[in-house]
Amino acid sequence: MESTIVKSVDYNAYFGDNHVVKNVNIEIPRNNVIAVMGPSGCGKTTFLRGINRMHELIPGATAKGKIMLNNEDVMEMHPIFVRLKIGMVFQRPNPFPNLSIYDNVIAGYKLNGIKLPKAEKDKIVEHSLTRVALWKEVKDSLTKKGSFLSGGQQQRLCIARAVAMEPEVLLFDEPTSALDPISTSTVEELFHELKKNYTLIIVTHNMQQAARVSDRTAFFYMGELVEYDNTKQMFTNPTDIRTQNYITGRFS
Amino acid sequence: MSNHVKYRIGKSTGFQALTIVLATSCVIPLVAILMYIIKAGITKINWNFLTNVEKPVGEIGGGIAHALMGSILVIFFASLIAIPIGILCGIFLSENKKSRLAYWSRLSVDILQGVPSIVIGIVAYIWLVKPFGYSAWSGSIALSIMMLPIIIRSTEETLKMLPDTLREAAFALGMPFHRVILKVIVPCGISGILSGVMLSVARIAGETAPLLFTAFGYQFFSTNMNKPMETLPHLIFKYAITPYKDWQDLAWGASCILLIWVLLLNILTKLITRRWKVQL
Ligand SMILES: Nc1ncnc2c1ncn2[C@@H]1O[C@H](COP(=O)(O)OP(=O)(O)OP(=O)(O)O)[C@@H](O)[C@H]1O
Ligand SMILES: [Mg+2]
Repeated sequence: MESTIVKSVDYNAYFGDNHVVKNVNIEIPRNNVIAVMGPSGCGKTTFLRGINRMHELIPGATAKGKIMLNNEDVMEMHPIFVRLKIGMVFQRPNPFPNLSIYDNVIAGYKLNGIKLPKAEKDKIVEHSLTRVALWKEVKDSLTKKGSFLSGGQQQRLCIARAVAMEPEVLLFDEPTSALDPISTSTVEELFHELKKNYTLIIVTHNMQQAARVSDRTAFFYMGELVEYDNTKQMFTNPTDIRTQNYITGRFS
Repeated sequence: MSNHVKYRIGKSTGFQALTIVLATSCVIPLVAILMYIIKAGITKINWNFLTNVEKPVGEIGGGIAHALMGSILVIFFASLIAIPIGILCGIFLSENKKSRLAYWSRLSVDILQGVPSIVIGIVAYIWLVKPFGYSAWSGSIALSIMMLPIIIRSTEETLKMLPDTLREAAFALGMPFHRVILKVIVPCGISGILSGVMLSVARIAGETAPLLFTAFGYQFFSTNMNKPMETLPHLIFKYAITPYKDWQDLAWGASCILLIWVLLLNILTKLITRRWKVQL
């Protein structure tokens, strides 16, 4: 039996009075890839940002309930500590434009004022970039600014930046929606690689992608978690009528 | 081609020509002023002019060293006060776009920007000079008040332009707020912030009115901030209204120096903006 790494208990999220995520209970097993799907505006991003306490950065945003990481409530932890344990990759690649590729990878250390010996930093950079299949492409231009890379390379750089912090969980919010098909498939291959060491939670609108990369799929509808099951089960034999409708494209 | 179309093309050409003429015509006063001051002033500038201080009328070899030093000191201390306050205030305004405090401070900054410099001078006179006497630092404070709105608004506008995704990337890496600001937001907007600072310095370099009431003027070389001090714009004012040819010449020379100073600051600003611009 796989152990649970992240669990939400009656999790609710609000923007002011707008109740956006409603009573979500979900258990996420370690070293799995979880796809989060659902129509636009159903609260996927909000839920995802709740997991590493990014939600509360928005003025007026509040949350109730528990998010357990290894049986500890992240709502009780310091957000900074939570975000070191749970990394995040955004929809649009957002490398730091003022930093070199090298410094972008170790940004989590460098900008947090954590001093490391040069050899250690070199090791982290090479290791992280290799993991995201970017090392070969950029190893000769590590001193160039991160914003010189292509969109797909930038996104992999952002993944490397998250990976470099050795988190336990990685959150992805539509990580490939701004990328071309080739970069997308590179990133998808990466998910297979990364799940050996991390647990991945991926919001995606792309059903083929969800089917290809995920072990389990969660379907959100109007802020509720409607269905959560093995991806294969979910795509071949969904139990809820709303999931069926969504998967067969009857609404979007 | 129908007459109608021809008429419209003609109108368009005429309008374009008009914009070109008007654009050129606003360069004319600038060039005229520059030429005149340089012509009148450049010949007065020499080593003695830069290193000597005031001499009595009739004695040759008077210089502006005391005013040059005074201006540098007064502006340096004004910057020391205005830059940290201005940048921090700009950061606050860009980070708290909607708060009530931001609304009121933005409003005050806008109003402050419109306050005539002579009014700031009078206020500094009543608050600082009356109780403590004429001093260079009261001049610095008056000038720093004039610098504030420029620095605050340029910092705010620059930082607002930065995408939110940058902030989020930093927070997602577990960075505390102060590090997000100091290590990510400010470095990415540094060219805009610095150019605001430079422009504010250029803006106050020639301010005379607030200094009349505060730093006052002094005929000797002095670096004592607690005492009155000569400054370039005040020296120009003082010499220019005298009937003596020597002193008027000194005023022309000093004007030329002040002009070169402001010009250099503007060029420096352009260079900084280009050199330190972070490509987003
Ligand atoms: N910054 C915000 N301030 C106020 N309300 C917001 C904010 N962001 C999202 N919302 C509201 O929360 C609801 C859920 O938004 P969310 O971004 O979580 O949806 P989503 O499922 O990620 O949609 P999409 O697939 O389009 O990304 C939406 O109805 C939206 O109106
Ligand atoms: Mg979303």
